[in-house]
Amino acid sequence: MNKLSRGLIGLLGFLVVWEAFSRSGFVPQKYFPPPSTVLLRLGELLTQADFLLELVATVLAWAIALGISIAIAVPAGLLLGSVRQVRTASRVIIEFLRPVPSVALIPLALVAVGSGPETKIALAVYAAVWPILFNTIYALDEIDPVMVETARSFGFSRVRTMFTVALPHSAPFVLTGIRLSAAVALILVVSTEYLAGGGVGLGNFALNASTGAGRMDLVLAGTVVAGLIGYLINEILEQVHKRGLRWSAVDREAA
Amino acid sequence: MSTKTREFLNRWLVFAIALVAWELAARLAGSTFFPPPTRIVQAMGESWFNGPASSLFLGEVVFQDVLTSIGRLAAGWAIAVVLGVGLGVLLGRTRTAMDYVGPLFAFMRAIPPPVLVPVFLVLLGIDSTMQITVIVFGAVWPILMNTVDGVRSVDQVKVDTARSFRIPTPHWVLGVVLPAATPKIFAGLRVSLSIALVLMVVSELVGATNGIGYRLIFDQRQWDFPAMWAGIVLLGVLGYALNTVLLAAERRALRWQPSQATSAGVGG
Repeated sequence: MNKLSRGLIGLLGFLVVWEAFSRSGFVPQKYFPPPSTVLLRLGELLTQADFLLELVATVLAWAIALGISIAIAVPAGLLLGSVRQVRTASRVIIEFLRPVPSVALIPLALVAVGSGPETKIALAVYAAVWPILFNTIYALDEIDPVMVETARSFGFSRVRTMFTVALPHSAPFVLTGIRLSAAVALILVVSTEYLAGGGVGLGNFALNASTGAGRMDLVLAGTVVAGLIGYLINEILEQVHKRGLRWSAVDREAA
Repeated sequence: MSTKTREFLNRWLVFAIALVAWELAARLAGSTFFPPPTRIVQAMGESWFNGPASSLFLGEVVFQDVLTSIGRLAAGWAIAVVLGVGLGVLLGRTRTAMDYVGPLFAFMRAIPPPVLVPVFLVLLGIDSTMQITVIVFGAVWPILMNTVDGVRSVDQVKVDTARSFRIPTPHWVLGVVLPAATPKIFAGLRVSLSIALVLMVVSELVGATNGIGYRLIFDQRQWDFPAMWAGIVLLGVLGYALNTVLLAAERRALRWQPSQATSAGVGG
């Protein structure tokens, strides 16, 4: 039996347990519908243009936020990691900004900025910048001094060393940061949509489905979709890591 | 003056300058949404330290919201740690178990927990059980996955040695497997702690009648922005403090491990 079929058996087992639990009457079925109902609902939703629009709104906001975070955090990390003075000067401010959970800013952002897409993107960027930034700085700390000195003795300029030595060395670390950030950004986008109300997106869909009629079948179908999106994103980034950075793994084994 | 004290002074100087700049900018902008820090500190005094001497001058908000939130965070995270490390050791030591549950877990961990809040709300109601469940659901995955990874990374020589000496399982798990997995487990703990804090706030923003998150929404509706900023700053301080404590614990727990820095120091 190979890995794939074992995984499928695991998933099927989970669905059977969920179905049995939900039909047992331990909790009202309306509150916790069985997977047969949820998957049926999911099939219906995926053919509805309205739902697909909500889906696109969430994924788009997430992608823009992650793109902006990478564009901010990687250069900032390279700067902070290579110029010591800048790093000491900004350390305290970063140490005080980072731990503020970005979700705490949602109520403020909703009234100060509004409930449009720029709010959820800005909040997601605030949350997603930190893992990438810290992983980039960490990567520069871990760099083998021999490599930098070799580049220097060959007469490479600082900038050239940065692009030919530091950046390739940091790539795996940066990708790890991006994977962490991707998950956090998705949480932020969905939470903001949920709290804003009246907007678009998966969070808004869950809010609308749960208030009033209390359609938990729809909420759970939306959850399955959100989980699939998160799973796909992670898989894609993992593949990029495996394929695009194959040399880094080989390098590490050789060392 | 040693470089260490100079660096320390430098850091706090920068911090003071940043505070003054914030104060000036906020006063100049005069925005309702961005009060100056002095006003925020005043709001902290008004809402947190207005109690009688018998309760150490701590106000009602501290007991009703702040301590409640910390309690939920602690309970949720503690459950996630026990579940994550326990299940992780079990799954990591059996050869095929992860093949069965791996894809399922990868999917579950990818779900942004806030989407599930409505379901937890109808199932569990609005009291602390709901918030704790949301925290556990989000925080358990990084610990679980990292524990499995760590447990699998036990040195084969140690495995064989322990087997040939017929070391009983409990000793084997506590004495060999867990110590070997500790660095990985701590990496998971750090990620999960920040997730737990985020989810504590989210769950309280959405469905609670008390807690720091609830307070944020309450102040927003009252249009009381200094009080709201007091909450934001408090959450920042809380996050900072928890992370510092965890880092100290990690350093202590991993003291026996030759870290890269010290080994380089010895070798070079």
